[in-house]
Amino acid sequence: MRRLRRPKRHQELWLGLLGVLLAFGICEAVGRAGVVRRSYLPPASEVVARAVQLAGDGAFMDGVGATVKAWALGLGLSVAIAVPLGLLLGSVPLVDSAVRVIVEFLRPLPSVALIPLVSLLLGTGIRTEVALITYACVWPVLFNTIYGLGETDPLAKDTLRAFGFGRLSVLLRVELPGTAPFIAAGIRISASVALILAVATELLSGFGQGLGIFIAQAGLATDGTRDVLAGVVWAGALGLVINGVLVWGERRLFPWTPERQTERQAGRGWVRAGAPGAGAAEADAVRSGAGSEPGSDASGPEAPGTGSGSGVVR
Amino acid sequence: MTLRLDSLGQRYGEQVVLHDIDLTVPDGQLLCVVGPSGCGKSTLLRTVAGLQPAYEGSVSIDGTPVTGVPDQLAVVFQDYGRSLFPWLTVRDNVALPLRRRGLPRAERREQAERILERVGLEGAGRRHPWQLSGGMQQRVAIARALVCRPSLLLMDEPFGSLDAQTREDLEDLLLEVHRSDGATIVFVTHDIDESVYVGDRVVVLSPGPASHPVLDLPVTLPTKRDQITTRGLPEFVALRAQVGRAVRGPVASD
Repeated sequence: MRRLRRPKRHQELWLGLLGVLLAFGICEAVGRAGVVRRSYLPPASEVVARAVQLAGDGAFMDGVGATVKAWALGLGLSVAIAVPLGLLLGSVPLVDSAVRVIVEFLRPLPSVALIPLVSLLLGTGIRTEVALITYACVWPVLFNTIYGLGETDPLAKDTLRAFGFGRLSVLLRVELPGTAPFIAAGIRISASVALILAVATELLSGFGQGLGIFIAQAGLATDGTRDVLAGVVWAGALGLVINGVLVWGERRLFPWTPERQTERQAGRGWVRAGAPGAGAAEADAVRSGAGSEPGSDASGPEAPGTGSGSGVVR
Repeated sequence: MTLRLDSLGQRYGEQVVLHDIDLTVPDGQLLCVVGPSGCGKSTLLRTVAGLQPAYEGSVSIDGTPVTGVPDQLAVVFQDYGRSLFPWLTVRDNVALPLRRRGLPRAERREQAERILERVGLEGAGRRHPWQLSGGMQQRVAIARALVCRPSLLLMDEPFGSLDAQTREDLEDLLLEVHRSDGATIVFVTHDIDESVYVGDRVVVLSPGPASHPVLDLPVTLPTKRDQITTRGLPEFVALRAQVGRAVRGPVASD
């Protein structure tokens, strides 16, 4: 398969900025040209101005706070469940076979479809929201954990065993750190899922507090489109910030993964993997359970010192 | 420590990998095991290391049968890129085996630094393995193997993926370590020259399946070896030819 040449880092920045400006311009033009009624589709500048104005609105910010709180609780809970469960399923084949059927039955259930049921059981408050987020977020983290464990290098395990370490030590000292980049990728995928679930649950349940509630109520008001869109801008911005922070964290924590090594050798910075366009690749990652692939051997033993001035004085 | 293999056999499923191997490695000997690729050299090492139970026959150390990973054992694998832990610094990689000794952290680090200095890596302790060249990484792996002062050191083609210059440097490092520490060493390689240069004794395994020793040769070279002079000695050339013939098998020898 032939590949187009990748643009350089600074070119990428400019291209990204250009894309944003272009999209903004088109929205602005359509809004102003009177193609549709202005109250249906306000120009982009008005929407953005409203979004900025909302930052000073205490009630709105409380709502955003509530959504973020549900997001964080749900995501945290799912990690607390999925990582130990994944370690268990990934390292004890017997448990894996026993639980696999249940997991495969539950996994394809779209969590959004569960909103009415869970609302009935738990009410419309934060409990429902957190429960649904947790449910949806468990899967990417769980499968990435199991997949990462399977990718642990047998030689690394043998090395530790040869020094006389037991099964538990191998799990904690080799398998867990080796799997960590996969777990982190799973968490990053789940973080977006959690935000979707948080807003969706609020939208559907319809009252209480939250970004979704704000959007739902704005949708009912006359000429509310501007507020709806401003709310959407906020949701998008939240997603962007969360993803950016997590990508940055992964880079800081796991500099040894083959992806980082190749980037370092090619002298590329942190922009690319953080680009929002990575969405499709991430969907693939959820499907195959693969996050970043630290197990694959892109940084083979032949690769001598990896860029960044590794001249050690001997 | 004395290592003894008694009619050792190993198989994967139906396939016989090693067959009827009898071998005694006296205390302090550096034994090189040579054989063509895929003849089961690594399987032999894994069995001796207790990573894989023997299918038939037995392995014993100082008369005690090996059932699990023996104490006082260290292993160096060929693939340093996979056997060093990238999330640990060089120093912590080297200090890792000391954790089982229950030494305090400061003591572990100090010993690690000392052994790093010995393999020529002073000052590299705070770096990570992936920031070093291949030869340096293998030095780290050797330092990690030496840090517990093992009495049995197993090396599985440790210099196989290094360039010629680095390989020669590390061969000399190994000889120096062997002279001063006196551990029993089993060194697996497919490089005939290397086996003769490094070894006190060379054992050649037949091609698989059902690999077994076809030549057991004491290396009658002076203990003090040098890359240029030793390799030029007539004895060296003769020994190398002998090992070479055994590796190539009866067909190619004439």
